[in-house]
Amino acid sequence: MKELNRREFLLNSAKAIGLATMGGLVWSGYLNEAKASPFILRPPAAVPENIFLSKCIKCGICVEACPFDSLKLAKTGDGLPIGTPYFIPREIPCYMCEDIPCVPPCPTGALDLNLVSNKETNKLDINKAQMGIAIVDNKSCVAYWGIQCDVCYRACPILDQAIKLVYQRNERTGKHAFLLPEVDSDICTGCGLCEKACITKTPAIRVLPRDSVLGSVDSSYIKGWDQNDEVRLKDVKVQKELDGGIGDKSAGDYLKNMEFSDDE
Amino acid sequence: MSISRRDFLKSAAAASVASTVGISLPAKLQAESQNAEANWKWDKAVCRFCGTGCGIMVATKDDSIVAVKGDPAAPVNRGLNCIKGYFNAKIMYGADRLKTPLLRVDENGNFKKDGNFKPVSWQRAFDEMEKHFKSAYNELGPTGVGIFSSGQHTIHEGYAMLKLAKAGWRTNNIDPNARHCMASAVAGFMQTFGIDEPSGCYDDIELTDTIVTWGANMAEMHPILWSRVTDRKLTNPDRVKVINLSTYTNRTSDLADIEIIFRPSTDLAIWNYIAREIVYNSPQSIDWDFVNKNIVFTTGFADIGYGMREEVNHAKYKPSELDTAKKQKEKELTDFELVSLKYLGYDQKNKIMEMKNSGKAGAHWIIGFEDFKKGLQPYDLDYTARVSKGDPNEDLESYKKKLKAMADLYIEKNRKVVSFWTMGFNQHTRGTWVNEQSYMVHFLLGKQAKPGEGAFSLTGQPSACGTAREVGTFSHRLPADMVVANPKHREHTEHIWEIPATTLNPKDGSHIVQIMRDLEDSKIKWAWVQVCNPWQDTANANHWIKTAREMNNFIITSDGYPGISAKVSDLILPSAMIYEKWGAYGNAERRTQHWKQQVTPVGDAMPDLWQYLEFAKRFKLSEVWGEKKLADGTILPSVLEEAKKMGYKPEDSLFDVLFANKEAKSFKAEDPIMGWNPNTEVNGDKRNVIGSDGQPWKGYGFFVHKYLWEDYRKFGLGHGHDLADFDTYHKVRGLKWPVVDGKETQWRFNAKYDPYARKANNGDFAFYGDAMKKLATGDLTKPTNPEEVSIKNKAKIFFRPFMEAPELPTADYPFWLATGRVLEHWHSGTMTMRVPELYRAVPEALCYMHPQDAEKLGVKRREFVWVESRRGKVKARVELNGRNRPPVGLVYVPWFDERVYINKVTLDATCPISKQTDYKKCAVKISKA
Repeated sequence: MKELNRREFLLNSAKAIGLATMGGLVWSGYLNEAKASPFILRPPAAVPENIFLSKCIKCGICVEACPFDSLKLAKTGDGLPIGTPYFIPREIPCYMCEDIPCVPPCPTGALDLNLVSNKETNKLDINKAQMGIAIVDNKSCVAYWGIQCDVCYRACPILDQAIKLVYQRNERTGKHAFLLPEVDSDICTGCGLCEKACITKTPAIRVLPRDSVLGSVDSSYIKGWDQNDEVRLKDVKVQKELDGGIGDKSAGDYLKNMEFSDDE
Repeated sequence: MSISRRDFLKSAAAASVASTVGISLPAKLQAESQNAEANWKWDKAVCRFCGTGCGIMVATKDDSIVAVKGDPAAPVNRGLNCIKGYFNAKIMYGADRLKTPLLRVDENGNFKKDGNFKPVSWQRAFDEMEKHFKSAYNELGPTGVGIFSSGQHTIHEGYAMLKLAKAGWRTNNIDPNARHCMASAVAGFMQTFGIDEPSGCYDDIELTDTIVTWGANMAEMHPILWSRVTDRKLTNPDRVKVINLSTYTNRTSDLADIEIIFRPSTDLAIWNYIAREIVYNSPQSIDWDFVNKNIVFTTGFADIGYGMREEVNHAKYKPSELDTAKKQKEKELTDFELVSLKYLGYDQKNKIMEMKNSGKAGAHWIIGFEDFKKGLQPYDLDYTARVSKGDPNEDLESYKKKLKAMADLYIEKNRKVVSFWTMGFNQHTRGTWVNEQSYMVHFLLGKQAKPGEGAFSLTGQPSACGTAREVGTFSHRLPADMVVANPKHREHTEHIWEIPATTLNPKDGSHIVQIMRDLEDSKIKWAWVQVCNPWQDTANANHWIKTAREMNNFIITSDGYPGISAKVSDLILPSAMIYEKWGAYGNAERRTQHWKQQVTPVGDAMPDLWQYLEFAKRFKLSEVWGEKKLADGTILPSVLEEAKKMGYKPEDSLFDVLFANKEAKSFKAEDPIMGWNPNTEVNGDKRNVIGSDGQPWKGYGFFVHKYLWEDYRKFGLGHGHDLADFDTYHKVRGLKWPVVDGKETQWRFNAKYDPYARKANNGDFAFYGDAMKKLATGDLTKPTNPEEVSIKNKAKIFFRPFMEAPELPTADYPFWLATGRVLEHWHSGTMTMRVPELYRAVPEALCYMHPQDAEKLGVKRREFVWVESRRGKVKARVELNGRNRPPVGLVYVPWFDERVYINKVTLDATCPISKQTDYKKCAVKISKA
């Protein structure tokens, strides 16, 4: 019998389980799994999730290329689109290989090399990956209790940049300091080494997809204290009318209506 | 006692308020708040891990530890812990705890050196130990056996073992792993002050303006103290300055205003540069009042070797080791050394240094200030910067600016400075020198032994101070800073121990590295490993593994978990761990802290103290106190006649005489201090373990811990080492010795704070330590007038030159290797690697390397490399931008991970004075694995 390599094995088992469970009752479950999951972490350089799902042909090549077995293929029951690659940081995080072996072999551009390349040097740069973003739960993070931990800080492969320590006096003891982890979302790649290392029962620092967590601001206010912030105006579109405020009709419409607030 | 709900609410509220503001509560109120929580019990204890000495509270339920909390009343940590301390509740419950004695046997159950481990009874274990002990002892005499002791021994254990070895077996071959950790600090203290341990205390952190760390990565190794340093910096960021000196960038640099990366061993030159700045360029900053009154200038020999074997062609050396080994006898000086050692007559034509004074490494004599000044002459900024710059990518001029800025901070009038150091200084082939140099600078400036000012040695282990140093479990020591070589000290000790005069062996025993070498040379054939892991922590480990497994000897390891030492042993004894026994530790600021047993030990594990006492039962006086011959031919006279006169019978056992004598039995088992707590040694316990005589263990029936404490305490009282009584320590959160009239001492040698300094009536300061206080006089090269001068109440400023490490990087071995620890793991990892959370956080030791070196070697982050020296090699994954950032040409590998057995690679060279191994410097080559 021909020996299966890891990819073929993974693919086969994903397919087999998929087929086996495609009986009537589980069909709806299968459909759900085929849709985008908001909390799935994709390999480095994955294009946005909705495009990714249309581009990924579930070939498993990226999974096979991963030297640390971080990447898996979703199976039925994982609650994720079957056959697509993902990783669970608490189990095996992305170790952020310098040569990013999982990305270049992608045959469809679901993993887009441009997203992890430095355009100036024309070299791979894993630090540009945006797999997710680490979030700290400051109630269960023991550093916020005053415990000297900073395990996540030291585990971070972009140490002292993606996670920084914020120093704060501990007024309760009067002579110790808090060393609090703070994630810089511009730098964090979502590799999950922090989540893996966290010493609490359920990790107090966890990686989530960036879309699920990060906010965004529009360009109508620019930071006066940050010269670089102006770049946000680069592609600004001139907006003629606002949408969504109370004055959503014309002034004439407003003035025509002679009803006042209901006081009955 | 019952308390009403209203009372409970009141006391619970008070407890939370008290913990909020960090004040201590009256004991009564605290006890009430504990009882009210019901179902589980809280009791005070101390953290198992580092030398910081954080207080914790331990919760027990159903005879198990269920939780710990930082003790809000503990002055060191005020309720906080680092993450090692956070997991104290879990450390005793690993799945592979040793629960029964294990002996290597053949298929018939007979001992066999290459047999497999099989469980045996305690009785059988002691029978085998006794048989092999007596065989080695009768063949080789008292020098034929050895004890690996520990800075993690409780004070009681260390004291009992010291007494058994030195008074009972008349061997001085007992030496702690603290030799690897603090010996250079000890030698520095003894030579400088005449008495061991720091003059200051942790309160200096809150009182100083400047914190300088020299080879001390406090951020990882002393996290709670580091959070105090951080807080101090935050209170006044502009005034308070932090400087980190290291051979690689580490987490301590995060907070530093100045980071100085120096080339290994050149800290010696940097101190001399600071001293030179003071003496030559800023003489007005010298505190002449202080110096004239309290200081003499001294120096010693430089040609003292590197603590390697004197036999440089020793048969057991591999050929690859010989070129380094021969430097014990002579070495060619480097160009940098030709400048620093010019005063000894060396130059380009005469550059071979013969190590003529390796036998007199610690000798020193008085010199004049002008000689001292002359010695400092070469260390100007230019020379020092060229010698010491450790990062090849750093610009020399900017490096010079940093050196100058640091010197200026030391010198600045009215600026308080604390210098901290740990293993970077102590693990150093000139470790004693560099310790002495720190006092040199602080003394010149009058910035020592004052609140917020002083050079302060940070201890690594939880009781390196309390047990190893204060009890004196070293091959040359006795309790309270006394030494076996001093006849008066032996006499005093024999008097306290009520043993015959001349029982004690006057010859220094083998230090811990020497015990390994003696095993290799078959000079020791029986060794007992106690609360340490010498086969993982001794440098050049390939030799010692072979020695243990392939030679005719018998090695016993007592431990809670199986580590490398257990693996290479012939017999393994399962030990009770910290909260399964009564004990006491002493931390780096001289604070002694006691705790009570909280739970019954697991399986058939028994306290180490019980093991020593039970083994002592196996020796009759007639077997050990008759005439004995040492390896060097020295005869220890028979003291049996004298013993008879003292009322001892030849068939009395060492247990009877040393541990269960009349005084011991006067300490009753019924004692209010016993409280609710179990005490396995005194009362036995619910397990009824079948003991050393085949009978169920029912306890000694007297309070052996209290006896040992009170017996030990006699050594220090009235001698500057005063400890409080046993009961007191069970009521307070530790006390800093000397404890005089119930009060602890914060700053020693300062008459304002230290009753002994006041009593000396010597003005504001008295350096009253009395070791090495009579000295000859001479010049920089040698003593010229042998007549000894008393320097009572004075301390010493040493001149010590810069010298290189014995093994420098070369074309064949182009990298420096430094080893050390990580925050998450304790020492050899036998405890912390078993805590799942800590294991997950840091599952393996990495090889930290500069990215440019990695590129040159063609290795990427997380790929494996071989790290190989003349002695051995290990495989480790590469980390390029992790917590430690070495400069080009240096790699750093921590030693906690037995699978990355880095001590196969390290060099067993030591400071010739302290005998402490230099784990920070050897030469290696790196190749892709």
